[in-house]
Amino acid sequence: MNLFAISGAIEAGLLFSLVALGVYLSFRVLSFPDLTVDGSFPLGAAATAVAIINGVNPFLATLIGTAAGGLAGLLSGYLNVRLRILNLLAGILTMVALYSINLRIMGRPNISLYGEETIFTPFEQILGFGIWTNCVLLLIVALAMKFFVDWFLATEVGLALRASGENPEMARAQSVNNGRMTLLGMMISNGLVGLAGSLFAQSQGVADVNMGIGTIVTGLAALIIGETLIGNARVAGATLGCLIGAVLYRFFIAAALSAGVLGIQAQDLNLVTAIVVAVAVVLSQARRNRSGLTRPALWRRLARRSLQKG
Amino acid sequence: MNRRDITTLAAALLLSLPGSLTQAADVTEIAITYIVDHPAIDAAQQGMIDALAEGGYTDGDKLALTVQSAQGSMPTQLQIAKDFAGREPDLLVGISTPSAQALQSVAGDRTVLFSAVTDPVAAKLVETLESPGANITGTTDKQPFEPTLELIRALVPDASTLGIIYNAGEANSVAQAEALAAVVGDFGFELVEATAAQTAMVPDAALSLAGRVDAILIPTDSTVVSAIESVVNVGTKAKIPVIASDTDSVERGALAALGFDYYQLGWLTGEMALRILQGEDPGVIPVGALDTQDLYLNANAAEAMGVTLSEDLLTSATKVIQ
Repeated sequence: MNLFAISGAIEAGLLFSLVALGVYLSFRVLSFPDLTVDGSFPLGAAATAVAIINGVNPFLATLIGTAAGGLAGLLSGYLNVRLRILNLLAGILTMVALYSINLRIMGRPNISLYGEETIFTPFEQILGFGIWTNCVLLLIVALAMKFFVDWFLATEVGLALRASGENPEMARAQSVNNGRMTLLGMMISNGLVGLAGSLFAQSQGVADVNMGIGTIVTGLAALIIGETLIGNARVAGATLGCLIGAVLYRFFIAAALSAGVLGIQAQDLNLVTAIVVAVAVVLSQARRNRSGLTRPALWRRLARRSLQKG
Repeated sequence: MNRRDITTLAAALLLSLPGSLTQAADVTEIAITYIVDHPAIDAAQQGMIDALAEGGYTDGDKLALTVQSAQGSMPTQLQIAKDFAGREPDLLVGISTPSAQALQSVAGDRTVLFSAVTDPVAAKLVETLESPGANITGTTDKQPFEPTLELIRALVPDASTLGIIYNAGEANSVAQAEALAAVVGDFGFELVEATAAQTAMVPDAALSLAGRVDAILIPTDSTVVSAIESVVNVGTKAKIPVIASDTDSVERGALAALGFDYYQLGWLTGEMALRILQGEDPGVIPVGALDTQDLYLNANAAEAMGVTLSEDLLTSATKVIQ
């Protein structure tokens, strides 16, 4: 593996750590198996690409892509909470709908951003890290989002959100509005995924309507590799696991691509990914059963916060 | 596998990576990548490899060939492109639009050759088809629709509406639909579009055209071509002639096609690769396109769809399937 391949693995890994953070919020914190991400990832890319080719400032365009992702999450949440559609189906419906919506937004299936100004352009001159510029910027963004999620889940709203995902009945007893928490959590989760799509389009220079295929699997694989390595008992550990898991997963792929490690070739990647995820899910279930489902500390903190508030 | 095992495995993988390829100085390195495994893409790739061999570059001898599929995944395509860029090959080749774009974004001053890109200008790969401008050139699979429309006019003289089925999510298909819409009027047709996002939606798209069109044209769209039988089925029942754009579909039941041979397109790409390897500037090599089309006819389908094949057509056909 050469330096370029390593930089590519880190770049893709850091981009997908944002997806992993989003998947952590939905799958783990909210217990909402959300498949919206296969649609919100290209949605973030599409919205950003259209904004950029229409002369919008790239930073604002990135914000637009993030917000678009958040709206998609809100839609899935709405279908589930207000219209009482099964969470898995709600995500699938939004994902399917987004394919058409993304085509409408872009007006064609593929928009090239080659030669356009992106948020990476100004830093190429300032930082002067050559092929590592994107990696450095993405590391900053990924860490910022990791600390944002850490901070958010420690606020009163964040604690309520965790309680709602862990045990809705008990959360309701503590006067937590479960429906509102699902909407908020899904919005933040898919906002992160939209941001990932937006940054992917800008770093690779293209938005394509088919680029969302397999986003959920990659995000889950990253999340689960991180959990297996670091554990998910504490939020800060779990979010760090998202970053490390995503980068590691991309290194597995780079290794498979570079020269058949363990006889694995590029065409076996999907099978390998499925096996990695299946094995890791079984492992993390075993761990969960051992440690028990409820987290007394979480409930004590939630009670304390609401007491303090009066 | 516990936590330590995974750590050990990861460390072992990372340590095994730096084993770089050692190459003799007089070996030319070419790296080919494509977005997804597909008969047309495979044919283009094979044509290119055969043309290179004809020009004296045989894999394993004077040529070191690396071929990688992105398995339909854009993130994997990005990683393949970066990996290729780091290998410093003599030539980077991307078959399909997203693959060419991924290589372009990492190429720097390396030379990139593309194939099977329908609209290289819209994809921002080249400035114009005549003079690409930068270090990227290649071949397009864009077909002139005029000969096909003439063929449809000859097969169904009194047709006034022409249906087309394509996947609106494929850049190549949308480019074809737009090109077709621009010229159908000149041949006295009115265009009716139906789209299918997945193979499973092709039968519905075909049914939606029944009773509304006098003939159906299928472009080189992998989604629709994968389910060509279901279009043929509707065409047979509703007596609507189905005309394809690839010869393989005629063998699978379509009435006729002015075929586009991806193997020949790959061969053309290979010839351009040879010119570049001999030192020609890719910026001044015009984007290549095929100007020959083979006529395939299916006599069974003609009978089933209620079309009489004229003597003229039968004699000019490259192949008639009985």
